[in-house]
Amino acid sequence: MTDVNQPPLLSIEHINKRFPGVRALNDVSLTFHSGEVHALLGENGAGKSTLIKVLTGIYAKDSGDITLDGRKVHIKNSQDAQNSGIRTVYQEINLIPTMTVAENLTLLDQPRRFGMIRWRSAQSQAREMLARVGLDIDPNSLLVSHSIAVQQMVAIARALGSKARLLILDEPTASLDSDEIARLFDLMRQLKAQGMAIIFVTHFLDQVYAISDTISVLRNGSHVGTFKTSALSQTELVGHMLGKDLDMLQHEQRDITETEEKPVVLSLSQVGKTGMLKPVDLNLRQGEIVGLAGLLGSGRTELCELAYGAARSDQGSKTWLGQSLPINTPKQAIEQGIAYCPEDRKHRGIIAELSVRENLILALQSSRGWWSRIPMAEQQAVVSEFIERLSIKTSDMEKPIGELSGGNQQKVILARWLVTNPKLLILDEPTRGIDVGAHHDILNIIRELCEEGMSLLVASSEVEEIVAFAHRVVVLRDRGKVSEIVGNQISQKSIIQAIAQ
Amino acid sequence: MRLKRSMRWEARTLAPIISLFLLIVGTALVVPGFLKLSIVDGHIYGSLIDILHRSTPTALIALGMAVVIGTKGIDLSVGAIIAICGAVTAVLTASTELHPLIVLGCAVLVGMVCGLWNGTLVAVFGIQPIVATLILMVAGRGIAQMITGGQIVTFHSDFINAIGNGFFMGLPARVVLAAVIIAITVLVLRKTALGMFLEAVGGNSETSRLVGIDSKLLILMVYVFSGFCAALAGVIIAADIRGADANNAGLWLELDAILAVVIAGASLSGGRIYLGLTIVGALIIQTLTTAILTSGLPAQYNLIVKASIILLVLLLQSKVTQDFIKARVQSFRRASDA
Repeated sequence: MTDVNQPPLLSIEHINKRFPGVRALNDVSLTFHSGEVHALLGENGAGKSTLIKVLTGIYAKDSGDITLDGRKVHIKNSQDAQNSGIRTVYQEINLIPTMTVAENLTLLDQPRRFGMIRWRSAQSQAREMLARVGLDIDPNSLLVSHSIAVQQMVAIARALGSKARLLILDEPTASLDSDEIARLFDLMRQLKAQGMAIIFVTHFLDQVYAISDTISVLRNGSHVGTFKTSALSQTELVGHMLGKDLDMLQHEQRDITETEEKPVVLSLSQVGKTGMLKPVDLNLRQGEIVGLAGLLGSGRTELCELAYGAARSDQGSKTWLGQSLPINTPKQAIEQGIAYCPEDRKHRGIIAELSVRENLILALQSSRGWWSRIPMAEQQAVVSEFIERLSIKTSDMEKPIGELSGGNQQKVILARWLVTNPKLLILDEPTRGIDVGAHHDILNIIRELCEEGMSLLVASSEVEEIVAFAHRVVVLRDRGKVSEIVGNQISQKSIIQAIAQ
Repeated sequence: MRLKRSMRWEARTLAPIISLFLLIVGTALVVPGFLKLSIVDGHIYGSLIDILHRSTPTALIALGMAVVIGTKGIDLSVGAIIAICGAVTAVLTASTELHPLIVLGCAVLVGMVCGLWNGTLVAVFGIQPIVATLILMVAGRGIAQMITGGQIVTFHSDFINAIGNGFFMGLPARVVLAAVIIAITVLVLRKTALGMFLEAVGGNSETSRLVGIDSKLLILMVYVFSGFCAALAGVIIAADIRGADANNAGLWLELDAILAVVIAGASLSGGRIYLGLTIVGALIIQTLTTAILTSGLPAQYNLIVKASIILLVLLLQSKVTQDFIKARVQSFRRASDA
């Protein structure tokens, strides 16, 4: 365990980092001790990645000090970080799959003689490195021939190298199953016992409580606090992460419109997919907004995907307007009047090279088929109507959408679906990464649509946003539904308690 | 096409047109009589007509290539398809009594089947286009050799010869044929939503899937179209020499076609189809060849000069160069203001 009196291995003081328009790190001070697993938590945009990148020399800090072993260090590039004993394993395994384990392990530091690689000693070196993480695999086997978990261990073995003092694990468990996670945790405990300092970044709260000694929470680039894991309840932790002081939150009174008598539009019964989402029941009524709450990685996006048919469920059944229908592909969903704005706008929403007009008209055109092209005059009329209605800021509807700001791109994607006049609109993080003005506009649009009788399924990481508009909230955790909060039971407090329970 | 659609006369779009214009003017200065057109027996002759005549095979396969590249694909097999379809045309004409139109239909059908093969590998089996079409690129000439029995098969048919060297309303018949195909393609792509769907699939296949576009079928169709274009080019080339040469017909022509698409300003990463400019690109390539040959430059310099000028065109199009020129122009203006 951590000895409080022992001086910290690494301390950072008053670190600031700005990007254009964003204060990514705001006066952050933290200390990390040897033999300690220190969980670093925060929602998207909290500053975790930026902090790690500052520590590993990928970003230069604007100001602040980093002290290692009592000495001030300047980490200007990843080589400096390596030499200081700071090693990182990223979520996306940073190894070369087509090379052997030994080649991967010795890639940057091959034993040579007269400029020639000494493969025999490279192999024995690789064996030693594998032994440190308790892996018994053939160093000559190809990396791809091993499971993701083993690859992850190899990545850790490489990171540890010879003189690692601080190991940063950036979401190492995201693609592991529970046995593999247990194995990783064993390794972490073993390294801890050897005096390694470990920074553990994750979104899974259970894992935080299973392995960490200390928890630091970041929010919007600021350090919220550092806590002993044993002295912090999950509810308090979630409150800190989301920036809500639970005692201050009252059950605010809400006007609940009568949606209980309205017909059910989409009903999911035990719909799930192995490795993606545990079976979920969900009923969506006409004119109802159902919010999906939960931390990152809780299964919000996965539920949206399955509801729309962007991913094919392998369990359960769906009913649409009382009829049992197969809704397994986007095409089938669109035919029934379901629309979906995915979270990843850049890779799954916009088509950057195409113009605003083309992006906006795409879903409507696709539902009409390629042969009946919407006449240009009609396209222009529809597009200018929506540019005005959603106040999309673009100089010209023929401008490539890639040149618009994030908020305006999001409005175009929203308009893409509104022109198809859907009965159910699924929005995954509709306000992610957009400016305040557009944020406000989009929330207003959501409310208007609902009043017009459209049903909405909205996933959001902003609890207050969900509280503001949802008639019903489905709370997800660890890729499964944990509870459903209805009507005037909905409050920030009740949602956070459900997430943390 | 994009010009008409969006009225965005950007430097990028203008570059190929200006290049072609400068190339013609430059050649006319060096080669007297280059621009001269004469009418003999009601047929127009001249170097410019000759360029159109010679560029038809490249223009046709470049048309198919532009559409394929727009979907983030590539078709390396068009040269081999030209050889196969040329062989089919020659063998059927030489050794059967079939009507030339039926022969033509068979050749075109064979080209489309070749395209279907490519499309199936890409769309159904998910093989990378460059690898998938490489297979037919290699095997195709072997198939053509099997059809011709390993020999150069010569044939005679007035109808098919006319496709190679005849005239229609004063213009070379093959130019008219290519122009009709190009016009139909432009109409189909831009008067239906097909062009937009293809560009959407090429630009972002995941987004296209989420809006319900059946990208597999579209990709399949695109390779079939490319095979169709290559088949017509194959018939024209065979008709031109009145025979089928399995080894040399259309050799390396796929590279000229890709070059034409690139000169048009399309990116090999897909998302945009510039049909008109691709044809301009094919004309640039042919004008260069003709200009070098008629200017009396020693033949050994031919390829080097051609490559250099194409490099120049591509450099002019690059964003780096254009930003540099813009910055220079601005600082020059500022200096002259001051």
